[in-house]
Amino acid sequence: MTTQILLAGFGGQGILFAGKFMAYKGLLEGRQLSWLPSYGPEMRGGTANCNVILSDEPVGSPIVTDPDVLIVMNLPSFDKYESTVVPGGMIIADSTLIEKKSERTDIKCFYVPATKMANDMGIPTLANMILAGKFIRETGAIKWEGMEDTLHHIISARHQDMFDANLKALKAGYEYEG
Amino acid sequence: MIVFQKPHALTDKEFHYCPGCTHGIIHRLVAEALDKLEIEGTAIGIAPVGCAVMAYDYFACDMFEAAHGRAPAVATGIKRANPDRIVFTYQGDGDLASIGMAETVHAATRNENITIIFVNNAIYGMTGGQMAPTSLPGQVTQTSPYGRDVNLVGYPIRVCEMLATLDGPEYIERVAVNSVANVRKAGKAIEKAFRNQVEGKGFSLIEIVSACPTNWGMTPQKALQWIDEKMIPYYPLGVYKDRSAAKEAK
Amino acid sequence: MAEVVLMKGNEAIAESAIRSGCLYYFGYPITPQTEIAAYMAKTMPKRGGVFLQAESEIAAINMVYGVAGSGKRVMTSSSSPGVSLKQEGISYLAGSELPALIVNVQRGGPGLGGIQPSQSDYFQATKGGGHGDYHMIVLAPSSVQEMADLTSKAFDLADKYRMPAMLLADGTIGQMMEPVVLPEGKPNLIDKPWAANGTLMKRKHNIINSLNLDTPDLERQNFERYKKYAVVEENEVMYEDYMMEDAEVCIVAFGIAARVAKNAIAAARKEGIKAGLIRPITLWPFPKKPIAAAAEKPELKGFISVELSMGQMIEDVKLASSMKKPVELVNRAGGMIPTPDEVLTAIRKMAGGDK
Repeated sequence: MTTQILLAGFGGQGILFAGKFMAYKGLLEGRQLSWLPSYGPEMRGGTANCNVILSDEPVGSPIVTDPDVLIVMNLPSFDKYESTVVPGGMIIADSTLIEKKSERTDIKCFYVPATKMANDMGIPTLANMILAGKFIRETGAIKWEGMEDTLHHIISARHQDMFDANLKALKAGYEYEG
Repeated sequence: MIVFQKPHALTDKEFHYCPGCTHGIIHRLVAEALDKLEIEGTAIGIAPVGCAVMAYDYFACDMFEAAHGRAPAVATGIKRANPDRIVFTYQGDGDLASIGMAETVHAATRNENITIIFVNNAIYGMTGGQMAPTSLPGQVTQTSPYGRDVNLVGYPIRVCEMLATLDGPEYIERVAVNSVANVRKAGKAIEKAFRNQVEGKGFSLIEIVSACPTNWGMTPQKALQWIDEKMIPYYPLGVYKDRSAAKEAK
Repeated sequence: MAEVVLMKGNEAIAESAIRSGCLYYFGYPITPQTEIAAYMAKTMPKRGGVFLQAESEIAAINMVYGVAGSGKRVMTSSSSPGVSLKQEGISYLAGSELPALIVNVQRGGPGLGGIQPSQSDYFQATKGGGHGDYHMIVLAPSSVQEMADLTSKAFDLADKYRMPAMLLADGTIGQMMEPVVLPEGKPNLIDKPWAANGTLMKRKHNIINSLNLDTPDLERQNFERYKKYAVVEENEVMYEDYMMEDAEVCIVAFGIAARVAKNAIAAARKEGIKAGLIRPITLWPFPKKPIAAAAEKPELKGFISVELSMGQMIEDVKLASSMKKPVELVNRAGGMIPTPDEVLTAIRKMAGGDK
């Protein structure tokens, strides 16, 4: 199975980090994968996006043009990428930041008020990981088991205090109904 | 009894320099310093593009020929990879002060532990007498046939004065080779520049005000006079920076 | 078993270089390859090596010249505009028969261009770039794993043939992360008796030089160098043959373009069109023989060169195939990447109709 994921939002929302988390989880599960960030000046405050492919076969092009899953954290990206999701695919949107709903009937859509949830939980920078938790729950593309190990890998040594917060965010997303 | 002989650090290759050219004297002074400090075996020299381009044939130590102006960068690479070796460049005014100015300034500001022998004869010799960054105001050359017009092409660059403003370099001195007394002083300066490197003190540059009778259109003797009358007033001799001495004085 | 790690392509180059015995790095920041410099700055001091941020690309390549001439493994990296600045130094490396690695993580040009991935420095890399008759060995990685593997290979080949080698990557491969196994074990360092690293009064002086004013002798040197190049062309060609056995359409693509092509080939094969790929891994020496052999096959309808340029490698495909079959181009430029659909459309067209 191959899952092509497009994560998109503003720079600073942790789009690349959430993608990196998925890639690392895939690595530790022994999957084939690629992680490709947008790069350049747009990384500072402009739009940021990141392509992640998780597969059981060698990854061909790392460029995701028709995602199976779109994880989206701002309206411009929602407008830009909604139509690119493959039929049968999925959108996971931060509904605190995107009031709009998709009119497509051939895809599944999940609206998670991730930014509000993160603020309420006192972890305002981790809406990205709430959406990642929802992604795990709804796609099964990566497993919940081994989550702690992955977080230890990607959270640098000097930020290990962020470990609990990330786990909390992932859990909140994983358990979110709706 | 041997009263005079060729320094060991020079090969037997015959110099190609013009009659009256002072490169020969400067080569000898460099070789004498290598001999005296017994560093020929660990020395690595870098020849420039310019009249001294074939200096690699004249020095008996290992040698490089660098691209025009890049000798200080080449020296940086060699020295960083071989910190126990003695690395020197031998460059002219076009090489060091025009096309290679960036490499010169940055090697100086990094205080690379290298020795730079900078031959300033106020003209491009190898290509046949064009204006150099150090050509004097009014000086007639092939590319300043009406005399260097400072309003059109700017003023000569005083390298020692400029580099001395940097915090980085260890030692900056200007000497000349137009008289026996000056040649002796030049020899001492060159030796000091190498000794500084041996002692790990850092970047040492010796500017040598030098003659080019052929392209100046003068007899060798007149050229030496011209150094006294024209060059030295514009390029005063002396020590411009000696960090260790300044420290000791404090 | 060797550890699989997740790394950016640029970082894989840096780590692989150090493991390959390259302890000297000189560079100047430019997107999209700056991670190499950053990694070297952080890592070299801990591994007993040297990282130096040079004042310019020109200075950096000349620092490389100095280290290479003293007999040690050394590298620099840059992206397209910066690599243009290095060309003088590369010509001197080639002229002085010095081994060194130059990495070009290409971006769109010409001029200052953009910062998105490109392959438009193909001509510069494979046909010379600097002045004079010379070649570099040019390796084109198409994955993060190959960024590591070919970096190591480049050092070995450069040393073996005493010539500069270039890793010609692009912004995509440089920026992306993939699982990678880094080289293990002792680097393959060879003796370099020609190095100018001090005579220690035990031998005649060595001279690192490209000047030769004896014209017939300079000619002789050039002919000698090209004899060496002929040996490289004979022995060092690397390419990937992907589903070529029964192919009726042959795509030729390298680097990121080859990965896009593989997606298109998979889609074409689902439609019953037998497409295959010849992926040059060495761009110089170019894999002429497999392309010539493919051109001879009766079932082959033609070649499609897929490139992130206005069509540069296509000239080598035309030469290698002696134009015995049509050679088409699918290309994007200026930082854009062809889509698998664009390649698939061209495959369909070449295969004939909407089969």
